[in-house]
Order: sequence, then C-alpha cells, then structure tokens
Amino acid sequence: MIKSWFKSGSPWIWLNAAAVSTCLIMVVGVLGLIVARGVGHFWASPIVQLSYQEDSGEIKTIIGEHVDSTVTPAAMAKSTGFKLSDDEDVLIQYLIKTGNRDLTGSDFRWIQERHIKAQSQPAEMMVIERREWGNFYGTLTAIKENGQVIASGEQAWSILNERLKHTLELHEKIAHLEKKEIGAINYALEKLRLKQRSLELKNAWNEQSAKEFADKKLAYDTDYKNHQAELAQLYQEIRRDSLVATTESGAELAIPLSKIVDVYQPNKMGLFTKITHYFVKLGEFLSEDPREANTEGGIFPAIFGTIMMVMMMSVIVTPFGVIAAVYLREYAKQGFVTQLIRIAVNNLAGVPSIVYGVFGLGFFVYILGGNIDALFFPEASPAPVFGTPGLLWASITLALLTLPVVIVSTEEGLARVPRAIREGSLALGATKIETLWRTVLPMASPAMMTGLILAVARAAGEVAPLMLVGVVKLAPTLPLDGNYPFLHLDRKFMHLGFHIYDVGFQSPNVEAARPLVYATALLLVLVIIGLNLAAIIIRNHLREKYRALEG
Amino acid sequence: MSETTNSTSQSSLNTAMTSHHEKWRLLKDAIMRRAITFGGLSVIFAIVVIFFYLLYVVYPLFLSASTQSVAHYAIPEQNAGSTLFLNIEEQNEVAARFTDSGKVIFFEAKTGKVIAEKTILIPEGVKVVSVAQGTPVGDGALIYGLSNGQAVIVKQQYKVTFANNKRVITPTLKYPLGEKPLVIDDSGAALEKIAFKVGDGTATIVAKTAHKIQITSLEKEQSLFADEASLTRTDSSLDIPVDNITDLLIDKEDHNLFLVHDDGQLSLIDISKKDTPEIKQHINMVQSGEKITSISFLTGDLSLMVGDSSGLVSQWSLVKDSLGHPAFQKIRAFKVSDKAVAKINTEQRRKGFMTIDVTGNMGIYHTTAERELIKQNMANVAPLAAILSPRANAMLIQNNDGQIHFWTVDNEHPEVSIKSMWQKVWYESYPKPAYIWQSSSASNDFEPKYSLTPLVFGTLKAAFYAMLIAVPLSLMGAIYTAYFMSPKMRIYAKPAIEIMGALPTVILGFLAGLWLAPFIEEHLAGLFALFMIVPLGVMLFAFSLQFLPEHIRQQIPEGWDAALLIPVILLSGWFAFTVSIPFEEMVFHGTLRDWFKNELGIGYDQRNALVVGIAMGFAVIPTIFSITEDAIFSVPKHLTTGSLALGATPWQTMSRVVLLTASPGIFSAVMIGFGRAVGETMIVLMATGNTPVMDMSVFQGLRTLAANIAVEMPESEVDSTHYRVLFLAALVLFMFTFVFNTLAEVVRQRLREKYSSL
Repeated sequence: MIKSWFKSGSPWIWLNAAAVSTCLIMVVGVLGLIVARGVGHFWASPIVQLSYQEDSGEIKTIIGEHVDSTVTPAAMAKSTGFKLSDDEDVLIQYLIKTGNRDLTGSDFRWIQERHIKAQSQPAEMMVIERREWGNFYGTLTAIKENGQVIASGEQAWSILNERLKHTLELHEKIAHLEKKEIGAINYALEKLRLKQRSLELKNAWNEQSAKEFADKKLAYDTDYKNHQAELAQLYQEIRRDSLVATTESGAELAIPLSKIVDVYQPNKMGLFTKITHYFVKLGEFLSEDPREANTEGGIFPAIFGTIMMVMMMSVIVTPFGVIAAVYLREYAKQGFVTQLIRIAVNNLAGVPSIVYGVFGLGFFVYILGGNIDALFFPEASPAPVFGTPGLLWASITLALLTLPVVIVSTEEGLARVPRAIREGSLALGATKIETLWRTVLPMASPAMMTGLILAVARAAGEVAPLMLVGVVKLAPTLPLDGNYPFLHLDRKFMHLGFHIYDVGFQSPNVEAARPLVYATALLLVLVIIGLNLAAIIIRNHLREKYRALEG
Repeated sequence: MSETTNSTSQSSLNTAMTSHHEKWRLLKDAIMRRAITFGGLSVIFAIVVIFFYLLYVVYPLFLSASTQSVAHYAIPEQNAGSTLFLNIEEQNEVAARFTDSGKVIFFEAKTGKVIAEKTILIPEGVKVVSVAQGTPVGDGALIYGLSNGQAVIVKQQYKVTFANNKRVITPTLKYPLGEKPLVIDDSGAALEKIAFKVGDGTATIVAKTAHKIQITSLEKEQSLFADEASLTRTDSSLDIPVDNITDLLIDKEDHNLFLVHDDGQLSLIDISKKDTPEIKQHINMVQSGEKITSISFLTGDLSLMVGDSSGLVSQWSLVKDSLGHPAFQKIRAFKVSDKAVAKINTEQRRKGFMTIDVTGNMGIYHTTAERELIKQNMANVAPLAAILSPRANAMLIQNNDGQIHFWTVDNEHPEVSIKSMWQKVWYESYPKPAYIWQSSSASNDFEPKYSLTPLVFGTLKAAFYAMLIAVPLSLMGAIYTAYFMSPKMRIYAKPAIEIMGALPTVILGFLAGLWLAPFIEEHLAGLFALFMIVPLGVMLFAFSLQFLPEHIRQQIPEGWDAALLIPVILLSGWFAFTVSIPFEEMVFHGTLRDWFKNELGIGYDQRNALVVGIAMGFAVIPTIFSITEDAIFSVPKHLTTGSLALGATPWQTMSRVVLLTASPGIFSAVMIGFGRAVGETMIVLMATGNTPVMDMSVFQGLRTLAANIAVEMPESEVDSTHYRVLFLAALVLFMFTFVFNTLAEVVRQRLREKYSSL
C-alpha cells in the first residue's frame, strides 16, 4: 500500500504543496507579528497594583502595565537558577513596565506569578508621560502653584487637567519661539556671516558693507533680545505649577507640569474613551518629534525625511529611466550591443545596495560635493556644504539604485504597445518623436507608473546605502522649512527604515523602545505593501487593456 | 482674376507656413533623436562609471612607493663638528643636525639655510662617546653619553605658530632632567653605549662602560614647597660579561632591556623592577658566522627589526609560547641586500621600515604586508646619517660627499598586499599566523589587520545557511505553484509570496534580531523538532487522506492541497514545539543548548548563523520562487500533455520532463538568489553579532563584507588605506554578484530561445 503510494509520486506532490503552505504561513506570520505588536502600542492598557513577595520574603507593592508573559517549563527554569518546588510544572513570569526610571533605575522588571499575593486595578492610578525619564506610574496627591498646595484629593484631578492644558499651550509657544523665530534669526545671522566671508574672499569688503552688515546684525540682535525677554517670561510662567504624586512605595515625588506631556487614568477609561485615546496617541505618533533619544514621542521627522527623499529621487529617476528605456527600445539598433546593455541593466538590479552607498559616498559626496564646495561655497570652508552626506546625495544614490527598476518596467510597457499603433501613426505622417510623444508614451505610461511605484517602494525600504550618504539618527532641522531657499538639499535627514535600525539596535533602552519600533515597522510595511499592491494592480489592469487592444 | 490671385497667394502662404512647420517638425524630430540617444547612452555610461570608480579608488593600494630628490646642499655649519644624528620634524620643514661637539644646528630641510644653532653644555675636555634616541622615538629626546661617565638628555621641540596665515615652525631644545650633565658612572668611566627612556617624571638610563652595564632609574619628586624638583635615584648593575655588547635598547613600557652581542646573540632582561634586573632569555638572532649590524624597534616596541651582515632583516616579536610564557620568536624575514645592512630606520606611525645597506642601497618595506615597496641606490657607500621623517613621507641623507640630500617619499598605502588580505599573516604578539580583520584602534602603535578572508568566509557562510533554508522551500513551492496548483489559488498565492520580497530588509533584520533570535535561543530543540515533525505530519495527513470515503475525497477541489495543508502544518508545528520541551528534558537533561555546550563543546551565540539563515532565507525565497515558477510555468504545454498521454503519472511528468526542461531556469534562479544573499546588508547587520570569526558552526556569529562596510565606512578617513580596503570589499561584492547575475541572465536568455524553438 505504502509502496504503491510512494510510487505514484503523490507524497512528493504533497511535500511540494507543504512548501507553498509554509511560505504562505511565513508571510502571513511575519505580517501578523508586526501588526499584532505594532497596533497595541497606543492602547491605554490598565495599570495593575500587585503585592509581590520579593526573594527576601518582604512583601512590596508594584504598580505598572503588564507587557509580556512567558511560561517556562520547570526543568528549564531550574537550570537557569530558579528555585521551584516539586509540584510546580511551569514557571510563569510577567514583564511589568513599572516606569519611574528616575527612582528605580529601570523601566521594566520581570516578576514570577507564584509570588504575587494580591492584584487589583485601583481607579485612581495614573500614567504621566514625561519629557524626561519615561513614564511615571502612581497616584495624584496634590497640585502646587509656586510651591504652595492649591488642590489635593478629589478635585486635584480636574485642576491638573486644566493647568496641564495651559502648560502645554505655553510649551507650544516656547517651542515655536525657540525653533521657528530664534531659529530663523540664527539662520539669517549665519547667512550674514557667510556673505561677509564671501565678500572678504573677493576683496570687496569695505566700510560701507561693514556698516550695512552691522545694521542688519543689530536689527537681528534686537529681535533676538525681544524674543529672549518673551521667552524668559514664558519660562517663568511655565515653571509655576507642579504636581505631587505618590509612588508605589509611598514616597512622594514632585513633578513640574512643564516636564509633562500627558496624564491619564486608564483604569477609569471606558471603551469609547480608550478608542479616542488610541487615535489621539496615534496622531501624536505620526505628527510629533521624537523624545528621549528617539525611544519615545513621535516619528514625524522620519516620515517627512523619507517622503522628501523619495520625492527627490522620483524627480531624478523618472526622466532618466524613461529616456534610457526609450532609447533601448525605440532608437537603438537591436542587436548584440543592446542585448549586452540589457544584461548589464538587469544585473545592476542585483548589485548589493551597499555598493551603491559606497559609490555615492565616494563619488557624489567627496568628489562632486567637494568640488561644488570649492567652486561655489568657498566662504563656508572649512565646514562642508555639499561635501558631506545629505539629502541631495542620498536621493541621487537611490535614483541610481532604482534606475534599473524603472528602465526594465518602462521597456516592458513599450514592448507591449502594438506595432500597428506606431505604424499607423507614422503612416499618417507623424514624425518619430510625435509618434512617441502622442501615442506610444501615453499608452506606456501605466508601465512607467508601475516602475516608479516599485522604485519608490524599494527606496522607502532601503537603509544600507542611506547610512553612508545622508541619514542621521536625529536631524535638528527638517530639509524643508520657512527659511530661504526653503528646500535645503545639503541637510541631513531622518528615515523610517534607519529609525527602526537605530532605535531597535543602537538605543540605550531597547526594551522601552521596542513597541515604538514595532509601530514604526508597521507603518513602513503598510506603506510599502500598499505601494506594491498598487503596482501589481496597475500592471494587471494594463495587461487587460492591451489584451483588448490586440484582440 | 483677383480671386484667383488671392487664392494662390493664400495657398502659397499656406505652403510657406506648412513647409516652415514641416521643417520645424523634422528639426524637432532630429533634435529629440539626438537628445534621447545621448540621454540613453549617458545613463548606461553612468552605470559603467560605478565599476570604474570603485576600481579607481582601489588602485592606489597596489602602487609601489616612489622617491623624488628635492634638493641637496652642503652640510650646514660644517665646522660645528661631524654629524652624530640627523632629524627632521613632522611637516618636513625644519631639520636638525646633532654634532659630536655638542652643537645642534637647525636648518631648513629644503634649502639647508641655518635657522638656529644651540649648544649643549659639555664639560671642558670631555668627549661625546655615544648618542642614542630615547624611546619612543616620536618624543624627539636624545641622550649623549660622555667620556667622563656623565650623560645629558635633550629634547627637541618644534612649536608651530601661524603668522599672517603662514605656518612658522620654531625649534627649541629642552632639558627634561636639567641642563647639567647627570653622573651615571661614579668611577668616571666612559659611557660607551647608552639607551634611555624618558616618561612623565621618570627616566631610565642604561649605559655600558668598559666593565659593566649600569641601570639608572630616576623619579622626579615635586615637593610641595620647593620649586626645584628632587630626583630619587635607583642604581643597579648587571652581572654579565660586557665586552662584546654592541647595542642597547629599552622598550617604551620600560619593562624590557635588550643587549645585542656582536656574535648575533640577544639578551632579554626584565627591568620592570629597577633594583633587581633579571635576565630572561638569550637567543641567537642570526645564522652562525653572521653578525647583527643594525637593530631597531618597530613602532609600538612590540617587535625588533634585526639586520645582519648577510643582508637579511628579520622581525622578532614577543610571542606566548606553548606554556604561555612570552618568548622572542622570529616571525618573518626580508632579504634586503646581499651586503650587510648598515641602518634600519623604522617608521614612527606605521609598521614599515627603511633599510640602507653598506653599498648605499635603500629599500622601504612593510612588515605586515611583507611588501618591498621600493629599492633604489642612493649613494655608493653607506651614508653617514639618514632619517625618515615622522610621517614617513620624506627622508634626509648625509652622504660622504659632504652634502645633505632631501628626498620626498610617496608611500601612501604600504599596509596592504594580496598576501596580507587573503592569506594567513603572523601579526605581532600573536602565537601563530592567522586570518584577522581588525581595522582600527585609537593608537598609532596598532598593527592594522586587513584580512578579507574572514569577511568573505562570513559572507559565504551566511549565504550558505540562507540557501539551505530558501532553496528547498522556494523550489518545491514553485514546482507546486506552477504545475499542480489550481489557477484560482495561484492568482493569490503567487503575489502573496512575491510580496515577501518587497518587505524592507531592515524590518526582517529587526525581527530576526529582536524577536527570532531570543525565540530560537529558548526553543532550539523545538526548531529542530519542527524540521522533522512537520514533513512527517504532512505525509501522515496525505496518507490518511486515502482512507477517506470516496465521496468525501472527491469533494476536495483539485489543486487546493496547499490551502488544506495550512492547518496541518500549523498544528504539527505547534506539536513540535510542545513535545520538544519534555523530550529535551528527558534526553538532554536540561536544554539542548546546554547539552551542545557541555557535551560537544559547541558554544552558542544568541545572534548566530541559524538566525541569519532563516531571516535571509525568508528574504531570498521570493526571488528564487518567482523566477523558478516562471521557468516551470512556461515549459511548453505539448511536452507535458505528450508525457501524460504516454501514461506517465503527473509526478513522473514533472520530475522527468518539466524539471529537466526548466533546469537552466532553476539554475539561474538559484544563482540570482545566491547573489542577493551575498550582498544583503541589513539582515546580517542586525541578526549577527558582527564578529569576524572563522567558524563554520551554525551557532556562531559572523561578519559579512556588506555589513562590514556599513559598520566601518562612516568612520573611516577619506583616502586612507582603511577607506580603500573598504572600497575593495565593495568591489569584491560588486564583481561577485555581477558574475553570478550575468551567468544567470545568459542561461535564462538561452532558455528563452530554447522554449521558442520547441
């Protein structure tokens, strides 16, 4: 029976089918893992209060969020040094985010389930998201104004919310002043300095220009002083309020409201409030700057940087890719040479991306950038302008990297345009370029679109070459802002993919940053899969269209 | 009439306009033709530029050194005595001549114009009998041993100031232990040979008189109230015969003293305790009958370069022997000349050295790379004095023609040779030759280790394990999808697997490093069980399906087996992980990981080749799958229908007809997949420990060429050797993938032709 079954070959077919199933399980599994871990990041999980027996026998209170749990078989647990009694089969451990890093030194701790003596979810527990030291967990005791208690007990919470709203507004104002207004003045002063230096280099620096510059400088200085005074006022105001909170050990801690981003009491929230809270947090994640060495806060600069870079790259890669494809398909004489070029172009898609990074760094940054600096920006020397990694070079490098994708895709599209259409156009007296421009290229445009989308998807997910040609972990300014010339091609930028690498592997507090990395990864995956699906749909649509044309 | 003229004029106007328009159209066509041809060709040209640019950066690594004579001039202040020692400072602008009458003449290196002249206080009637540079040489300290048992230490200092944006270098002399000569030998015997080391407030002077070796150690003690520092002094002497000692050397750690005997013996003396020096080792450094003619420390003072009378320069380094004791061993030798080596001058910042033999032949070598960079005749006899500048880019030679010759040396990248990159190299202080990649360190004394072998090994290892996972899964998957799967399922299954390829590798790497690696560490046994139990489970399921009643079996749609198997695989996978825990306990008494370590001695890194293999396998599957699937799917239908009609089973048709026809396509798919695995950066960067070890073990980490570039490129100095070696790594990667992909592409094009002819 078995023998004949094997002889029929059907077990091998089943095994092959199993391979497909395994691949599908892997794809779905990986996507599911990212979604499952990434989606939960913004949910306000309840705060638990545990009375926990430490190894010393002492009973302590632990407050925090339940993050993870593991089940270890007894034998394995024993071999790693846990003492278990004989009737225990497994060791259950929980990872609790206890926060309060300023007091305890760490954000997380592992506890053993069997040592938990009691567990509750008191309604008055609150989470404070702070600008420094991560989250705080505890209860609210009092609100202070200039060191004087103004509210405590029940009504403290509503006053806290009121005051916090005010403080956050002040914080916004300060940030606006510091980043936008004073940033603009600093930028203008730097421009002025460079202009002076450039005049000096040209030997055109004279008394008149000196006076002119001094006037301008004076104007900026006055502006600056005004802003400074305003800032001082705001700072004084923002420092007024603080809150007093009680930690799990009963100690009291004063936290200035200026250091607080958000306060909430998850145990009191209903489902609807939690959903609202979720979307508010999601919005903050997408629109705010990162805090605490990127491990908290939002990822807005990374999203912005990625989009800027991809757009710049598209602007560069599309014309070149299309021209090369048109040349190969429409103008070049088909033969050995075009065949060779096609092989070369195809193979370039397989050249490791890091090689493009190396080339970009050596050729674009150091050679081209260095020469541009020497020719056009002698006044900035020795500080490099374009002779250092930046947005422009990153875009050009990735354009080179994705060039084969656009060429191959466009060529395919051109090949699918039926000959009859070209011949018809030429027969009616159109020149070759008119034929191309009016009939062939419009028909091939979805193919170009597909190529461009695939190129964008590839560029958005590529990290290795960017590490060499312009991505940084934290860029102080965006490549696009309100200062002339608005688009700063020489600036370094942040990137989603690099953000994942950096926060997940280079940050000092990987454990705390992990949910954020999953959320970032989810965003990136969604964008890239969306782009790819769009490309696939366009391609399928296109095929249908030409099938109709040919028929 | 008027109408006709009107119409003609109008039509002629029209023709004029049309012909004008026509011309413009043709012109436009011609212009665009040129523009597109130019644009297309330049894009293709840009692609070619990548290769040549990489080559252009790498090329200088393999250039030899060259020298150029810049100037020669009469010895400055000839009547100030004959030269004992020449020196030149870092910028190659100011040189110094130390004479036997205690004069120091500073002069411009390019012209010989005297800048300053200093005199060292030497008592009346006393002669300078020996002179030596202090260790480390870069400090610029010098000692004079006098005929009355006294010694003077001087230190050159070159102060750089910028006046009117012009660099001005002012030489000065300092006396670290005071201007007055120090009494070394109380009996007043001449200090025939001398060596010393000056540190921060300490000094060790070793001198040879006619009868003994005297070791003097001084420590400066700054008392709280007095301005003058007092010196604490420890004296000791060595109890060995001294008459055949020709040279003394102290290392910069102040731990070892080397005595060179004229019969080629070297004595190693431990002087770390200044009052009780201890003789450690006597070794013979040259072949019998030969003599040591010159000796010098290589920078870092970890090895000695010994030149002998047969023209051989050998490198000796302190190496731990089999018992773990440090002992001097010869690690390599250079045949420099047929004549005796007159002088060895080591570079101050690299592991290179210059030799001059008695016939005036100069050579520059590098120890690690074992390269002879240049060999050239500078004079007909051994020069009286010669010095290599601190940056090793110039040299000053005083010949017996009464002239000083100033040469520049162009020797940018001596550290690398084909041998040092691809073969085992015996590095200083290593017990035996090894393959090591260790590119940089904070100190100048560091010997850079640029062996690409461990990196290439790591690259191939990672690719190998990735292919081990990816090839079976993707080939089998492609066979099923292309030939057996129902078209309806294929529409969804194929793009689903292809979308795997679009996932950014940074995400795969992140999951592999932060999720998969800890998971595997915990469930190692489960993973191995998975590889065995899942196929068994699938077979069992398929076999038992036969016993189902006919009518149920026929309900199962054909070609949906894969969908049917998903729950089976999930279930057997879960079973594998569950059953592995008690099994592990029963058989291995603990975890499999510990068992491997304790019983087989296989260590376990959390981020290892297994993790990389799985993660990178995941990344490579879609590439191989997609191409293989295309190749199988486009096998002409008449072949398969013919085979089936002749009575072959579907599997026989598959394995004997379809696979055989599509095999070139499958080959090229595997090649392209391999190329991708070789160049992958982010996954290996994040999922391995990036340790450049050469260990085939699946539980050990690795470092690949690509990850190495990503890690080290941002911090390498532009145009340094390190930078160029990283470019070489990129070039290797480029060529590697290019060869593989071209091969694959050519095979694929052949296949396409074959199909169209079938």
